[in-house]
Amino acid sequence: MNNSMKEYIVSSLDKGVRMDGRKLDEFREPVVIETGISKSAEGSARVKIGETEVVAGVKLDVGEPYADGADEGVLICGAELLAMSSPDFSLGPPDAQTTELARVVDRGIRNSKMINVKKLCVKEGELVWMVFLDIYTINDAGNLIDASALAAIAALRSAVFPVLKDGKVQFGEHTKEKLPLVNLPVSCTLAKIKNHIVLDPMNEEEKCLDSRLTITISEQGHIHAMQKGGEGSLTPEDISAMVEIAMQKSKVLRGQLP
Amino acid sequence: MSYTKRNDGRKFDEARDMEAKVGIIKRADGSAMFRIGKTIAIASVYGPRELFPGFLQNPETGILRSNYDMLSFSVNERKRPGPNRRSVEISMVTNNSLLPALDLSKFPNTVVDVFIEIIQADSGTRCAGICAASMALADAGIPMRGLVSAISVGKVGNALVVDLNKEEEDYEDGATDVPIATMSHNNEVTLLQLDGNVTQDDMKQLMNMGIKSCTEIHKIQMDALKEKYKGEIDE
Repeated sequence: MNNSMKEYIVSSLDKGVRMDGRKLDEFREPVVIETGISKSAEGSARVKIGETEVVAGVKLDVGEPYADGADEGVLICGAELLAMSSPDFSLGPPDAQTTELARVVDRGIRNSKMINVKKLCVKEGELVWMVFLDIYTINDAGNLIDASALAAIAALRSAVFPVLKDGKVQFGEHTKEKLPLVNLPVSCTLAKIKNHIVLDPMNEEEKCLDSRLTITISEQGHIHAMQKGGEGSLTPEDISAMVEIAMQKSKVLRGQLP
Repeated sequence: MSYTKRNDGRKFDEARDMEAKVGIIKRADGSAMFRIGKTIAIASVYGPRELFPGFLQNPETGILRSNYDMLSFSVNERKRPGPNRRSVEISMVTNNSLLPALDLSKFPNTVVDVFIEIIQADSGTRCAGICAASMALADAGIPMRGLVSAISVGKVGNALVVDLNKEEEDYEDGATDVPIATMSHNNEVTLLQLDGNVTQDDMKQLMNMGIKSCTEIHKIQMDALKEKYKGEIDE
């Protein structure tokens, strides 16, 4: 990002306008959430926020539980920033941005206790359900984190158990039983560009932001995950203001989930 | 061994229903989706762009770099993310199937990157990927001699068929699968693989069935491209 681009973005923000005409605290519209996009998956979803597009899918299998959770199912959340989705991404092992994306989404789901993992126990100490949640970016037009978190939630909500016979999953055979979900964490990401705070940053804003904050909020309005990004800093006032916007917007996004 | 009726009611030389769409990924220079039955492939193209590391550059021509992969949840039993032996080989044969249709001589030292992902798999994924990639290359404005269309033909039991689905592929002790790709301008074959067991005579027939089917796919690809550029062509 060159300096003149940043100057242009900042001078527009001074007037209260963003490059795509949005207000500073406005999310892109429409947010389109579609489920059942891959029938081979136990659950799947596609989320579009403006031109940003992300898909997520859930596969279920059974396996041995971890020693510290003998009666708990396991969630494994992965992400891939597909090289097809941006000229800035390339093939190869996951880089820091990919790992951060997967971990921020994972933390929101885990800490909000969205999945009742006790109900994923088949036989204590021996056999539990393992939930593989994989996220793939299709088009990066900014704010992949929120799109990914929404896609992940929608995919989990649409997921059904496969048939389990003699301790083995019958791949391709699905039951009608849904996952035991108890909460709906939704994340909102805001960026600080010079002295301005913007919601749902687009590509150009991401490239010139000073700092970024992702806040994951449950139905009860509790905060379950936060992640500060970018090379700049945030004042306590910035953070309060960001949380306030996220509280409002996360409700709206949650209402749009199928 | 006698396979007299296809499990999904299709005629032996009938491909599954197909759908094509161009321009599905805005960030890319070119992109497309191709669906055949339950198999869905998407492809995006970036370039010609600068090629790193520099020693890979060719001062005579641009190079093509294709990558095929499947989403972890595109198959019944989860696929571990990342490349494996199968995807590496398919990426290579895909690259070789597309290259003869391209003219990259005007873009020395550059690379054209093709990325193919399978969203939902029910056999014929490499062929669907090639069909999508070929449209994405055209969408990106890469100079092309023709489009590349691909279909899998094969032998199920004693029957020669076009476009095997998963159930047919797994028929009894396995079917013969022959993925074929042809270029639209001269019907020359740019992809040909086979595993199974067929006679010389079978092969001749399969070839003809494959080429005929590719001609139909070519039309679907052309229609999808025209659909995107409709306004511009009419003027």
